[in-house]
Order: sequence, then C-alpha cells, then structure tokens
Amino acid sequence: MTALLRLDAVSKSYAHRPAVTDVTLEVHPGESVALVGESGSGKSTLARLALGLVRPDAGSVTFEGRDPSRLRARADRAVRARLQFVPQHPRGSLNPALRSGEAVAFALRAHRVPRREHADRIAELFRQVGLAPELARRFPRELSGGQLQRVAVARALATGPALVVCDEPTSALDRDTQERLLDLLVELRERTGTAYLFVSHDLAAVARFAHRTLVLRTGRVVEQGRTEHLWTAPAHPYTRALLDASGPHVALRLPERSTERSTEPNDKTEEPT
Amino acid sequence: MVTIRHPRTALAATAALLPVLLALAAPLLAPADPDAGHLADRLLDPGAPGHPLGTDGQGRDLLSRLLWAARPSLTAGLLPVAVAALAGALIGITAALTGRATEQALLRTLDVLYAFPGVLLAIAVATLLTPGLGATVLALSVVLTPAVARVAFTETRRIRTAEYLEAATVSGATRTTLVLRQVLPVVAPVVLVYASSLVGLAIVYAAGLSFLGLGVPPPTPEWGAMLDELRPALFTHPWLAALPALVILAVSVAFNALGETLRGRLGEGTEAPR
Repeated sequence: MTALLRLDAVSKSYAHRPAVTDVTLEVHPGESVALVGESGSGKSTLARLALGLVRPDAGSVTFEGRDPSRLRARADRAVRARLQFVPQHPRGSLNPALRSGEAVAFALRAHRVPRREHADRIAELFRQVGLAPELARRFPRELSGGQLQRVAVARALATGPALVVCDEPTSALDRDTQERLLDLLVELRERTGTAYLFVSHDLAAVARFAHRTLVLRTGRVVEQGRTEHLWTAPAHPYTRALLDASGPHVALRLPERSTERSTEPNDKTEEPT
Repeated sequence: MVTIRHPRTALAATAALLPVLLALAAPLLAPADPDAGHLADRLLDPGAPGHPLGTDGQGRDLLSRLLWAARPSLTAGLLPVAVAALAGALIGITAALTGRATEQALLRTLDVLYAFPGVLLAIAVATLLTPGLGATVLALSVVLTPAVARVAFTETRRIRTAEYLEAATVSGATRTTLVLRQVLPVVAPVVLVYASSLVGLAIVYAAGLSFLGLGVPPPTPEWGAMLDELRPALFTHPWLAALPALVILAVSVAFNALGETLRGRLGEGTEAPR
C-alpha cells in the first residue's frame, strides 16, 4: 500500500543541536502510528516536520507525494485539506480572541466552504466531537481543557483530512478527560478511516490508540513495531525502561488480542547503547 | 434596572467622551464668538457677567474659546494616535512576521527615531512644515509611531509560535488571511489600549507645539496656544492663566484613565481561568 506520509532519513538540528537524526517512518491510510519517548526525544520536531511547519536539514518528507513545507496556500488547497493538526496545549490551541466556532470556520473558509454552510457544518462537527453546538459561541477562556481539545479535533476534521497529526493531545488533561478524548479519537478513526500520527509520552494512551509505535531517544528511533509487540516484548532496554516507568496500567490498556506475549519480532531494533 | 458591568471603564469612557461631545456641540454651547473681543472687557475674572469663565487679554470669552479650542486640540490629540496605531501595527506585525533582514531594518529605523526625545523630535518635524494642524498631526504621528510599533512587534512576536497559528497555517490559510483573521484580533486590542494611553500625551505635545508657535496659528483657539496667550497674566490673573492648563490636564487624565481601565479589562479577558 502506498504510504500517505513518508519521512525518509530525516534529520533536523536547532542551533547545531540535533533534534532528530536519520528517522524514517511511514503512515498508511487509516493507520495510527505513535511516536513515544521522553521530553527532548524529538517527537514534536518529527510532528512539525510531518506537517511541513519546519523543513528537514537532510532527508525528505512527503505527504501524498508532495513536500508539505512547500505546499502553497491557494494552489495546493486540496492537499492541505487532507493534512491537519491537533496541538498539545488546550489553552494554546485556540486563538483567545476568537470564539471557538470561529476557529472551525477559519478552516472551512480556508478551503472555500461557502459561508452560508458554515453554521450547519460547525454545529455538525461540534456534535461529532461530543460538544453542544451552542459552545461555538463561547471564547476559549469560557471552555474547559477537554472541551478545547474537542474543538481542536473538530477544527482538524473540518476539511475531511486523510491524516491528523496529534501532538500530545491528552498530556495537559486530567485522566478522565484523557479517557473521553481517546474514546472520541478511536470512535472517529473507526467512523472516518482517518490516519493518525500520534505523538505522546503517555504509553497507556498509545497502547490503546496506536497500531504501530516508534520509540525515540535523543532524536533517533531505537525500536519500532506493532504496538502490542513492543508493549509485550520490548527488545530495547530503553523501551523496557519507558514501560517500567509507566507502571502496570499500560499493559492493562492493551486490547484483548494483544495481551498474550507475542513471539513476532519487532520491525526494527537499534542495538542498545 | 440597567446594571453597568464595568463601572470604572464606563466612568473613564464617559470622561473621555465628554470633551469630544463638548467639541462637537461648541456652536450650540459657546455663549459668544470665540474670536470677537472687546478690549474694555480684557482679563475679566471667572464669574463676570456674560463671561462665566472670564476673558483673555483681548477681551475674548474664555468659555467660548475653550469649547471651540477642543476641536483642533482633540484632533491634534486623537488623529496622530490613530495614525500611529495603524502605522505602528503595520510596521510591528510586518517586522515580527517577516524575515530577519526586514525585521532588523525596521527595528533599527525605529531605534533611530527612539533615540530622540519625543518633544524634540516633534519640534524638529514641525519646524520643517508650515505651522498648522496638519504639521502638528504629522509631527506627532512620527513621534508616536515607533512606540506603538514596538508594542505591536512584541505582541506579534509573543504569539508567532503559538499553536493556534501553527494550526491555522496547516489549515492552508494565506499569509494575509492569517494576519487579518488570526494575528490582528490578538494584537489590535493591545495596540488600541496602548494607543488610548497616548492620547493624553499627544494632547500635551500638541499644546506644547502650539505654545511654541509651531501648531495651530492664531487667532484659531487651541488649548496650548491659549496657555501661551495667557502666560503674561499668570501672576496678575492666575485663575485665567490656569484654565487652559486645567482643561489639558483633565482631558489627559480622562484618556489616560480610559487606557488604564482598558488595560485592566484586557488582562482580565486574557487570563486563563478555571
């Protein structure tokens, strides 16, 4: 199957400090791929590379065969619509000066959805993410963290994307709200077939959400494979350390089929350093 | 019953709006022709018959002159601030969102203007032009723009890497749409609040230019020019001489208060509750 998103041997440095080194990853249609690792491991840089917000120093990024950092606003509108973003911080993900519905309307407007359809589409999207349509009239400061992230999801879904990049969408939420947002993302994935690149340090969320996982350490992929295999038979000591640090609830979150220890080897394992 | 949600803001706005309304209603409220004087009635103290606030050195009614003077004085106070708000926002946002070369070129140009004390720069610009309201407005616009541009630059710089701007960029918005619909709604209130606090300063500067003969030429009444005209009477009729100064003070305080309360409101609106 042709990859929707492909990062091919990408490297990126900030002020001569490498953030990501020689990472290759693919996301296929309908697939959820997670990037895990501790702070500073390069997860968010990879997300920004995937979105075209930054350009790699080496390697290439392609989304549906195009470099997302070179997509033009007008000419490449159709491609842009298929790649969307859910940021990390609920309070930072929506413009504080605009009502929450306007955040969604902005995405609709950018993709030339007629203005007369905006109200209906916003109400429909709000219902889709479990929000009352009346909340579209509220400013971000009048919404809770969970509601804000749902609005961010609604905005991302507004243009019918093929891939949504979620940069730690649950990290700033309390446990209950995290659960509900994950439920929503899983449900939407099932319903719309959207692919996800899911950045997180919350292994419980990843265990529940991602088909495949890449474990990052200091900007390099140390191990990758199907999530249940990584979680039940981690090959790299760093993955084991991450799982140990996350506690027993991570394993408990795995889907039924994956609770048995897998004998299938992981796709790639870097030699432990 | 009507309840006022923000009484302090309402009070400050009323105080700032009052001189504007008085200026507009000058033809109706002024008891006499502001330029017509009788030397026999010169320097009458406040409370004199037919002259509630007295007369100036040429026997002209002070209340009428103060009311008519509100027009050029407020124009000289408000128009440069409006020009500076627009130009400053444009320069500041451009500097913050374009490449390093443009940013540095714009910021260093602002620094050159900043290096001059405001009054001195206003005088320098005004002397290059024909004295009048236009010269005052232009001179004060040049003086005030760098400060506004700095505020706009700092605010835009603060939000430049905000996640909602990244999400908007990913949404496929053009640069212009991004600025108009995402950046401006955040930066404009900050610029407006700051600009409102400059109105008082602009009125004082405009009065200063008129006082030095670089502003509105006589006999047109203007608060700064009136202060200059009444200066010789400062020791003999201090109340008369103090009147234009008191009006300048009151209007400046009113606009500063409006700026302060708006600043407070803005802070209240952008904090993260809950």
